[in-house]
Amino acid sequence: MRKTTALRAAAAATAALLTATACSSQRGQNDQSTAAGGACKGQQTTGITDKTIKLGGVYPLSGPASAYGTISKGVAAYFKYVNAQGGIDGRKVEFVVRDDGYQPPKAVEETRRLVEQEKVFAVFQTLGTPSTAAVWDYLGRQKVPQPFVATGASVWGTDDRHPWTIGWQPNYVAEARVYAKYLKDERPKAKVAVLYQNDDFGKDLLGGFKKAVAGSGVKVVAEESYEVTDPSVSAQMASLSRSKADVLLDVTTPKFGSQALAADAKDTEWNPLHILNNVASSAAVLQPVGFKNVQGVVSATYFKDPADPQWADDPEVKTYRDALHRYAPDADPANQFNAYGWAVASSLHKALDAMKCPTREGLRDAVRNLKDVKVGMLLPGVTMSTGPGDAFPLETMQLMRFKGERWQLFGKPVDTREEFGPLTK
Amino acid sequence: MSTITAALGSDRARRLRAALTGLLAAAAAVGAPFYFAPFQVFQLTMVLLYAVALAGLNLLVGFGGQISLGHGAFFAAGAYTAAVMLDRYDTGHLATLPVAAAGCFVLGLGFGVPALRLRGLYLALVTLSFAVFLPPLLKRLQSVTGGSMGLTVDKLEPPAWSGLAEDQWMYFAVLAVTAVVLLLARNLLRSRVGRALLAVRDNESAAEVMGVRLSLHKTLAFAWSAMFAGVAGCLYTWVIGFVSPDSFSFVLSITLLAGLVVGGLASLYGPLLGAAFVMYVPSVSQDVSEAAPGVVFGLLIIAVMFAAPTGLAGLPGRVRGALARRATRAATLDRTPGAPSAPGANPKSLAEPGPAAVLTPAEPAAVDADPVGAPPRTEKE
Repeated sequence: MRKTTALRAAAAATAALLTATACSSQRGQNDQSTAAGGACKGQQTTGITDKTIKLGGVYPLSGPASAYGTISKGVAAYFKYVNAQGGIDGRKVEFVVRDDGYQPPKAVEETRRLVEQEKVFAVFQTLGTPSTAAVWDYLGRQKVPQPFVATGASVWGTDDRHPWTIGWQPNYVAEARVYAKYLKDERPKAKVAVLYQNDDFGKDLLGGFKKAVAGSGVKVVAEESYEVTDPSVSAQMASLSRSKADVLLDVTTPKFGSQALAADAKDTEWNPLHILNNVASSAAVLQPVGFKNVQGVVSATYFKDPADPQWADDPEVKTYRDALHRYAPDADPANQFNAYGWAVASSLHKALDAMKCPTREGLRDAVRNLKDVKVGMLLPGVTMSTGPGDAFPLETMQLMRFKGERWQLFGKPVDTREEFGPLTK
Repeated sequence: MSTITAALGSDRARRLRAALTGLLAAAAAVGAPFYFAPFQVFQLTMVLLYAVALAGLNLLVGFGGQISLGHGAFFAAGAYTAAVMLDRYDTGHLATLPVAAAGCFVLGLGFGVPALRLRGLYLALVTLSFAVFLPPLLKRLQSVTGGSMGLTVDKLEPPAWSGLAEDQWMYFAVLAVTAVVLLLARNLLRSRVGRALLAVRDNESAAEVMGVRLSLHKTLAFAWSAMFAGVAGCLYTWVIGFVSPDSFSFVLSITLLAGLVVGGLASLYGPLLGAAFVMYVPSVSQDVSEAAPGVVFGLLIIAVMFAAPTGLAGLPGRVRGALARRATRAATLDRTPGAPSAPGANPKSLAEPGPAAVLTPAEPAAVDADPVGAPPRTEKE
């Protein structure tokens, strides 16, 4: 009899549901994609009015990659700051953040929520290659812009079937080219050992590096890979040490970056020039190894490090610190990820300003037609440029060397576009 | 009163009511995609898909009394089978389903072998190792699986004649498969195999004495269970259109197990409730607290397990039981002051008809219902 009561409850619920269906359907609401008039006739104006603009972002606030989730705080702080200044071209920004826990199915669900329920104007940033790859087909079909995704894979720029998606940060190939140029200029006969993460990120960077040094005196003499799930890279480091290469290209994520630096410091027999990729270059990686052990390590960057006293009087960094203090008091202004969020949000601001039509199509075209756009948080000499056949906003980086207790920039910003030509598939 | 309930509970009436409820549930299931927004239809699709995996896990954990922390891996195997077939051989979506099911059945058969010798936590560890080791393996086999970038495949497209939107078509496809699978699970449990499984769970030695072949049924339980997980994985590929090793970390296995326990072990509709919990509660907890959705999710699981130790499926029964007890107590209290006016009558005997009448409806259930919310007995040395 317990069962029949449950059945009765189910029947009642069903009846209620059917009645509700008969009364009204929620489906119809979705087809109200609004269209613009005038010169922008027929273009979509979902999520944008004369007074507001609604953006949505999907970040890993929980899960294994939750350290990156703080980027959303930098972004949100920027938009709050801009709203206090009167908004973007008079439009107040509403920024909706959802958590995908770095899981692609969750990213799909949350992206659909943003598009269909929240009715955002654009999905501003999905974070991570898997999450972005899981939703770009969907967003392309729905014709929703997906500007400035937070991942450095080169596929966002080389692909030509997804006009609605574009990256932002210098892609891994561009970074590899910066190191290649440095070695070709400074150590034309270098023998390079490479430690890399066995995934798209590691392979993108390694492949770009090999291509960039092809035909020069710089040779890759040893390569070792590791899995994200490996406990340590000490075995790989031992075998690279036997190659007696004079340069170590360290393509790792933070945890393994620390391990590789420590292993390199411990190995007194082998003292190569240690090039650490940008992903693992934060102070949090270097500190546990001991600053005295990482002197002279080389890396590259493209935006201002908020912890660097060199930028203490920089107006943009000051604004950033004040705004973060006011609008995201629990976020640490010295954290590079917050600065990254700030920089990418202000880049989007510039792109929104450049829209010819205040429509989704307008934004899609604007991010693909940037001409040397300066953004305050980026290093001097680093600007955003895109155009037909070039879907990489940032391709310039500057080298830095670790000295004392912080990174010091050296040389000139390297525009890899100029040096190596456009990046293609 | 008891005669009325007896009449209501008679076989024919019950069957009629069951048919009616089934009809209504079917109508609701079919009507839902025309009512809800596409995004909500997508969520419902995911609930159905997880329910298939949970139904499989339920066979093993709830009815078989074994424990598996590796069902995320079978799920992944099914998903990758479908994705690789679609990506490399461009077979239709429908063709991937039997292959994924058969492949995972065989895989489960293989994994059922340790289940013969190990039990309880030891078996859990072996299956966990499978879940931990599969994602790195998928990354290594890059030529087939696309490595850590994963594979993007075509989603299920609605044919032109149907006139349905993409989300509706996917929903109906998944609904059809889910209905078949859940029916299969139900029938399986009512067959010889199911009875044998229950017997093995409740007392291995007794079951063996009765002529149940332990090795066969334990292995088969694993295989069936893996097959269901594989089918769910295949549906996942249809719906999401993207697989990557990181989608199937061992957290998925644990989420599935948590979903099943929350939904209700050894219950036929527990998997549906568990799937809804797994699907909706993380989003809800994110709305509650943006800073720490994980904490809210964890607290909710604790709250559910505290309020309903037998899972959500067992909750109505427990509530009714509690109400009946309260009614008994109330009845006892009511009659006690009246006792002096009826001298000689024992208050206790007066109170008896009350609770008896209330309790009667619950009695047949104890006989005919499957052990709703029976705790898994994994260790009984």
